Amino acid sequence: MSTPIDYLLHLADNAVVLGQRNAEWCGHGPILEEDMALANVSLDLIGQARLLYQRAAELMGGDATEDKLAYFRGPHEFRNYTLLELPHHGALVGYAAADRDYATTIVRNFLYSALMVHVWDGLQQSADPSLAAIAAKSLKETSYHLHHSRDWLVRMGDGTEESHARAQAAVNHLMPYTEEFWTTSPAEGAAVAAKVAIDVWALRPAWDALVNDALAEATLTRPNFHGYVTEGKVGLHSEHLSYLLGEMQGLARAHPGATW
Amino acid sequence: MYTQAMDIPDESGKKLAAVSNAPSDQEAAFEARIDADGRIEPQDWMPEAYRKTLVRQISQHAHSEIVGMLPEGNWISRAPSLKRKAILIAKVQDEGGHGLYLYSAAETLGTSRDQMLEGLHSGKAKYSSIFNYPTLNWADVGVIGWLVDGAAIMNQVPLCRCSYGPYARAMVRVCKEESFHQRQGYEALLVMMKGTEEQRAMVQDAVNRYWWKCLAMFGPPDADSPHSAQGMRWGIKRISNDDLRQKFIDATVPQAKVLGVTLPDPELKWNEARGHYDYGQIDWAEFWNTVEGNGPCNKERLATRVKAHNDGQWVRDAAQAYARKQKERALKEAA
Repeated sequence: MSTPIDYLLHLADNAVVLGQRNAEWCGHGPILEEDMALANVSLDLIGQARLLYQRAAELMGGDATEDKLAYFRGPHEFRNYTLLELPHHGALVGYAAADRDYATTIVRNFLYSALMVHVWDGLQQSADPSLAAIAAKSLKETSYHLHHSRDWLVRMGDGTEESHARAQAAVNHLMPYTEEFWTTSPAEGAAVAAKVAIDVWALRPAWDALVNDALAEATLTRPNFHGYVTEGKVGLHSEHLSYLLGEMQGLARAHPGATW
Repeated sequence: MYTQAMDIPDESGKKLAAVSNAPSDQEAAFEARIDADGRIEPQDWMPEAYRKTLVRQISQHAHSEIVGMLPEGNWISRAPSLKRKAILIAKVQDEGGHGLYLYSAAETLGTSRDQMLEGLHSGKAKYSSIFNYPTLNWADVGVIGWLVDGAAIMNQVPLCRCSYGPYARAMVRVCKEESFHQRQGYEALLVMMKGTEEQRAMVQDAVNRYWWKCLAMFGPPDADSPHSAQGMRWGIKRISNDDLRQKFIDATVPQAKVLGVTLPDPELKWNEARGHYDYGQIDWAEFWNTVEGNGPCNKERLATRVKAHNDGQWVRDAAQAYARKQKERALKEAA
């Protein structure tokens, strides 16, 4: 059975969107070492996205390329988790402006990398050998992202009164978006059936354990979920994605057909 | 990337003329080592003025790396391909790394990173003036690699032989990475010049805006360079501003020809007798005006650095508070 392209795009879009967000800190980090760390995380994610788009383009054939997939698809065609497209601050509408909050950045990187270490680990056994190879490389990188974000989560939670309050606010804001991890999209279902992907639902106990352990060490509490389950991975996004893509794709789209 | 500003006086250099009160045998040993082209290490005695000159120069260099992240960072989110985005992020990350080595090298002279940052944020310490110009189109990223990093390399390669060991060693690594950046910048421009009419126009526009600014990066003419003579004597500066500038022009003209861009100087022509290119007048009034804080982006650059630092205070506080708590817990456990 062939690899469902939509599933590769889901993984690639996750990586490119979060890579784009992490790079926004470049030159604005709270300390030089963190500027560099987030640039490094971003670089890893952009690298993962490139490999995944390249694999998708290869399977699509024709004139598909990594850049056509990243730059010439609209927001409704993107398959990333909604969590990853949110700006680095609390809940505000798409055209609101606010300062970046490092706690939001760190909590998001933590929640996502805590999932992806398990996803990449499982995908090393994917029936698609290219995806298995990408997973092996990405697992090493994601383990570092998890280590980095978990360390900071604990420092913030168990740091000062202000850092604790900011970390707790970020957890409260972002945790509901993780519910999207546990629903099954048609692309995921097809990929699991083809033995290309693993069932993310089965990873939930491991993710819960990782998250609960870190939150406890950080003296933070996990909010109860009740509300809307986001659907970014089927193309129904927040107001924020079109701004992110507008900025990312603008120059490339102004010069269609140009080579850079 | 970086440059020149090391010849630019700032507040931190005001006490340079302070007279050393060290015993003469120490001074003699220092002078002898300088004369023998040896290296001075952190634990060695050195004249106070030598120490201050180095702190000023290395911290200006470090500040330049950090402020220099901003004009290029301006294009990361909009890079027109994923490959170029990755290259640019890696490059800007390298600049941050250069800042780190350089702050560390300066710390070996007894000045903390916090003190140096305070100098930058208060406006007392300078950074390279080239970063006070805006990056207005994507080709600026390539042109900064080709010309700005190219000029920086001309300045920095001699610093690998600087008399102060930690600085010289930091510069070896910095220069390797800068050479890589320069080639990447040039390659990006070559691709654009083979592209569409609009892409070629972007490259020419960027060259027009940056060429003269890059020539000014080498600092004032030798006759007007305030610290050059002493810097030469101490082995901190090896080649004069004008000589480096000429070397850069001579190397760059043929590269511009291969690229297919016009360097915006009608007086630029080969002088057979001198064996060098002649070039037109640099606008030093504009240069000094920008150094003094009145360039197009000075206020934005500095305010952005200050804001990042202030906004990050709670993060640094959290790390320190957590470290303190961990230490207390360890002590409690041991007791």
